[in-house]
Amino acid sequence: MRVSPRNSPAFGTEAAAVETGGTSLAAVAPAETAPAEVAPERLGASRERLDGPAKVTGTAPYAYEHPVEEPAYLHPVQATIARGRVTSIDTGAAEAVPGVLAVLTHTNAPRLADTEDAELAVLQSDAVAFRGQFVAAVVAETPESARHAADLVRVGYGEQPHEVELGPEGGTPAARTDHGDLEAAMASAAVVLDRTYTTPMQHNNPMEPHTTIAQWTADGLTLHESTQGVYSVRSVVAPVFGLDPEQVQVFAPHVGGGFGSKGLPHAPLVLTALAAQRSGGRPVKFAVTRQQMFALTGHRTPTSQRIRLAADDRGRLSAIGHDALEHTARIKEFSEGSSTASGIMYAAPNRRITQRLVPRDVPVTSWMRAPGHCPGMHVLETAMDEMAQACGVDPVEFRIRNEPELDPLSGKPFSSRNLVACLREGARRFDWQRRDPAAGVRREGDWLVGTGVAASTYPTHVFPGSSARIRYEGGRYAVFIGAADLGTGAWTALAQIAAEALEVPFEVVDPHIGSTEFPTATVAGGSTGITSWGSAIVQAATSFRDQYGTQPPEGAEAEGATQPNPDAERFSMHAFGAQFAEVRVHADTGEIRVPRMLGVFAAGRIVNARTARSQLIGGMTMGLSMALHEHSVLDSRFGHVVNHDFAGYHIAAHADVDSIEAAWIDEHDPHVNPMGTKGIGEIGIVGAAAAVGNAAYHATGVRVRDLPLTPEKFLR
Amino acid sequence: MEAEIALTVDGTRRSLSVDTRTTVLDALREHLGATSPKKGCDHGQCGACTVLVDGRRVTTCLSLAVAHDGAEITTAEGMADGRELHPMQRSFLDHDGFQCGYCTPGQVCSAVGMLAEAEAGWPSAVTDDLTAPVELDEAEIRERMSGNLCRCGAYSNIVAAIRENVR
Repeated sequence: MRVSPRNSPAFGTEAAAVETGGTSLAAVAPAETAPAEVAPERLGASRERLDGPAKVTGTAPYAYEHPVEEPAYLHPVQATIARGRVTSIDTGAAEAVPGVLAVLTHTNAPRLADTEDAELAVLQSDAVAFRGQFVAAVVAETPESARHAADLVRVGYGEQPHEVELGPEGGTPAARTDHGDLEAAMASAAVVLDRTYTTPMQHNNPMEPHTTIAQWTADGLTLHESTQGVYSVRSVVAPVFGLDPEQVQVFAPHVGGGFGSKGLPHAPLVLTALAAQRSGGRPVKFAVTRQQMFALTGHRTPTSQRIRLAADDRGRLSAIGHDALEHTARIKEFSEGSSTASGIMYAAPNRRITQRLVPRDVPVTSWMRAPGHCPGMHVLETAMDEMAQACGVDPVEFRIRNEPELDPLSGKPFSSRNLVACLREGARRFDWQRRDPAAGVRREGDWLVGTGVAASTYPTHVFPGSSARIRYEGGRYAVFIGAADLGTGAWTALAQIAAEALEVPFEVVDPHIGSTEFPTATVAGGSTGITSWGSAIVQAATSFRDQYGTQPPEGAEAEGATQPNPDAERFSMHAFGAQFAEVRVHADTGEIRVPRMLGVFAAGRIVNARTARSQLIGGMTMGLSMALHEHSVLDSRFGHVVNHDFAGYHIAAHADVDSIEAAWIDEHDPHVNPMGTKGIGEIGIVGAAAAVGNAAYHATGVRVRDLPLTPEKFLR
Repeated sequence: MEAEIALTVDGTRRSLSVDTRTTVLDALREHLGATSPKKGCDHGQCGACTVLVDGRRVTTCLSLAVAHDGAEITTAEGMADGRELHPMQRSFLDHDGFQCGYCTPGQVCSAVGMLAEAEAGWPSAVTDDLTAPVELDEAEIRERMSGNLCRCGAYSNIVAAIRENVR
């Protein structure tokens, strides 16, 4: 099937016809000729990454590596109190260090035009809202002198009482959905479950720290930025500095991971741009250190979540209750919406879903891979395992038995929903039917062995507002769009989409991304990159063929933009999946090992089989990491994350990862977008930790309701 | 305080003047423009800065440049012969052993250094027989590569890539 608006009811052909100057789309003959011997691209092929050779040699330039003349280096000074005011700053010793160009404090920093976003109002007042906030910065000719001078800045504080801990109670309501009568259903059901679970504060920790090179020129501000969206940076930063959007140029050809933390600009970018106003015109470079990232570049909130489930004696749910509590920084409200997925996962006539937020004196929370769905589905899927056990029903069968026909909240049909197919296919591959349901009874030597399952889901969105331009030159098609590749494979997948839409071989397409020189693109977040940018590219390709046919003149050029989807209001759109894990827990030490994980996903069409598999496995690996290790420990006395580096904040390493396999079922969804893709960046992490936890319970008989699954929790 | 040193980087001898506090990593990246080794943590905890120094894998963020005057440094960039990739790099491509690519030059250097260590008979924490020749199975590779973190979660593909290069 060709990727084209003609074949997809998801596109308004009328709108497209207007765009192409009234040409009837139906009248356009499909491209028949290919300029090379290779066949036209078909989505789903396994393509090696276009950026691969540059990545394996280390020659792909990341933001901080862009060569600039006479750079100056920034090193910040961070608050050592959690709340209060700066009462004095002595910068004399710092300024005396040879090579120091400027020391910025709230008393002398340039004023920003817009300080409404308190996270970005850097050095604009004496207030300290969390430990680690910027209170000063040194700009110097070398990184060594900047760092040394920053150590010499003396700051006096007026400290105020602070609170950083999240308890099980409190908070202000952020969202609430009620269907039926949860309490009445709980009171009358044959089987009920009422449990509270916690997930800890976590940090994204992409391998490339957040980095910025900022330089002011006569035209405005130029930024080489490690970001998930050059246009997101432009639109946020321009008003902060009182600039027109066009005065901010942003470049990010290669990005070393982000997982949400580089989705929107954080304070370090603003600080670097401020400092570049005091560097005598020199570009200023700032790479946030790994330790600083724990206070300055976003994190996932800890959660406390109560799940209530009621079922009849055959294991049919009559009620689902999910009350989620999250913290939010006192200076900037942000909610993940941890209880959201409980609205659509399972059928039940009675349902209450609430979300509460507790303001605390903590750093700013932000997106982290599958915000809301990751911690929320972890607890729902753990509770579903407990409930299956309580009902005496196999956990795969229990989920199938509670499969809804329609979206339980909206009453709309799903555009496609293949959770059951994923569960069945996963069970078959994992040899689930031979599983003994009894927990804590299998022992191999010193190891207790078990298996577990959990479901995954992630909503399918298309962000409006992306455009793409296609230009034909020298027998090749250049595709321009300001998209970002943070390891997702966008460089390659976007070329594949363009090749298929143009009906040309992959080899004659050259993608150009990661710059505000190219047409507008939305952020790489919410698993929307390919769905949004790809839609714009398909539209541009259609427009190109409509204007020029299959024999375009040299220099032919056409643009296209993401179109409104008339099906968006008619259907509930989500990807689904099933995760399976085998776990071994050492009987004496509680050491936990995960020899086998399998994920089977239904996520619409897959663009590049090779990179898709990697991305899904990557999500599962991060889920494994969440299950076993990740926990940012807030010190309630001082308000900082104690374990603020990789020695203290463990992420999965080679030795943690054994067999991890990802597979997908063939899913054709004509409603989501012209390609039929659903987005795969996030679903891999959703449910992965629950599958590991459920397997650990099956191995040991010990139910751990507070992540991570560290050894002491299995020792009784 | 500044010091004059020379480093041979990917076969080219380079003279430079460095602050005595400058790490090998910063000397490479900020002084010589050799940005193949990456800075992920600056504390020897992630392995992204790994290069081969005189043939052995070294975390350059923990090494002071002045202490490496005269060293022969091979980065992932230098491992490739022009456009011809090193077999390890080719395997990383074949197995999609990376996503964002930021840890990748360090993984590649570490893998090549690790194979040489195993060849020389160095045992690891999971080696049963400390005197027999090392058999690099998956468990050995994972153990020996655990100093190189990958947040994208490409570990299983990296191990598959390395296995192809085990003699």
